[in-house]
Amino acid sequence: MTRRFAVGLATCLAVAGFAAGTARAEGDKTIEGIEAYREALKDGNPAELFEAQGEDLWKKKAGPKNASLETCDLGMGPGVVAGAYAHLPRYFKDTDKVQDAESRVLTCMTTIQGIDVAKYVSARWGSPEKDELNAIATFISGMSKDVKVEVSTAHPKERQMFELGKRMFYYGGGPHDFSCSTCHGQEGVRIRLQELPYIPSPKGAASGWTSWPAYRVSAGQMWGMQWRLADCFRQQRFPEPIYGSDVTIALSMFMAGTSNGATMNTPGIKR
Amino acid sequence: MGNPMKIRAASKDGVTEVKVLMSHEMETGLRKDASGNAIPAWFIAELSAKLNDKPVMTAQWGPSISKNPFLSFKIKGGKAGDKVAVTWTDNKGDSRTDEAVVT
Repeated sequence: MTRRFAVGLATCLAVAGFAAGTARAEGDKTIEGIEAYREALKDGNPAELFEAQGEDLWKKKAGPKNASLETCDLGMGPGVVAGAYAHLPRYFKDTDKVQDAESRVLTCMTTIQGIDVAKYVSARWGSPEKDELNAIATFISGMSKDVKVEVSTAHPKERQMFELGKRMFYYGGGPHDFSCSTCHGQEGVRIRLQELPYIPSPKGAASGWTSWPAYRVSAGQMWGMQWRLADCFRQQRFPEPIYGSDVTIALSMFMAGTSNGATMNTPGIKR
Repeated sequence: MGNPMKIRAASKDGVTEVKVLMSHEMETGLRKDASGNAIPAWFIAELSAKLNDKPVMTAQWGPSISKNPFLSFKIKGGKAGDKVAVTWTDNKGDSRTDEAVVT
C-alpha cells in the first residue's frame, strides 16, 4: 500500500515537472515574440526625434542670463556630454550632492541660465516644461549609447545614496503594502506579457537602467528615468515623489551601481 | 511647421532604401480631453517623396497611422550623393519638407 502510494506520488511529480517545463517553453516563446517586436521597432525609434529636440534645447540660449547649457558640467568637465550619462548619478562638489542627469540639468539651468526651475519641478508630466527636460535627458543619454556603465560608489555620499536606494527598493507601504521588490524582487516573472527584471541582480538592474530614457510606443511619449520612477510610485499607490528629489536619485543610484559594467542602450524603446 | 524629420537613405545594388521618422501628433479625432470635449482630428493627410526633384512616391494617409510615424520604402535607382526629399501636409494645411543625401 505504502509502495503504491509512493509510485503514484512519483508519477504525479513527473507530470507536474513536465507541465512546468511546457509552461516555461511557452513563456520563452512569448518573450521571444516580444523581443522580435522590439527589434523591429528599434529601427525607427521616435526617441531620435526627441534627441534632436533635446540637442536644440541644449544649444539654445535661454533664461535671464541668455546662455546655453553647453558649458554645463555633467561630471566629465564643463561641456562634456559624451559618455556622461553612463557615469551618473555621481557626487558633485559644487552642489555637495549626488545628482542624476535630470537633477543636474536643473542645477545648470539655475546657475548658467538663471532660470527659476521651481515651475519645471512642479510641472505635470506631459507638460511643455517636463517635455523639455525629457528631451534634454534623452539627448544626454543618447551621447552615452554603447558606453559602459561606470558609476562610482566610492564617495561616502554616493555610498549613502546607494544604500538609501536599496532601502527604498525593499520599503513596503501604502494601501496595498507594496514595495519595488513586490514586482522586481524575484527572477523570471512577468505581468501580463511584460517580463519583470529582478533589479537586485546585475543583469536585471542593467535591463532597467540601460534602457531609459525610452520612447513608449503605446503612449507615444518620451519618458526619462524620473518619470519612470514616479510611475512606479503611482503603481505602488505611494505619494508622487518630487522631481529630482533624493529618493528618486537613490533608486537610480541603486540600479546604476548594480548594473556597473553593462552597456548603455539609450535612448530605448518600449511597448 | 512642425518639428524636423529624421531621414536616412542608403543605396545598395541600384536600390535606395529610405527610412523616415516624422514628428506629428496624429490625432484621430475620436479621443476626448479631460473635460470630455472631442480632440479635433489632426493628422498627416498627404505624403510625397522625391529623388533629385523627381517624384517617386505619393501617399494618402489617414488617422489610423500612429503618432510620430516611421516610414520605410525603396526606390529603384538612386546612388550615393543623390538627394531625397520628403514632404508631408496635414489636414490643417500645415506642411514640412526635409532632405537627406543618399549614402
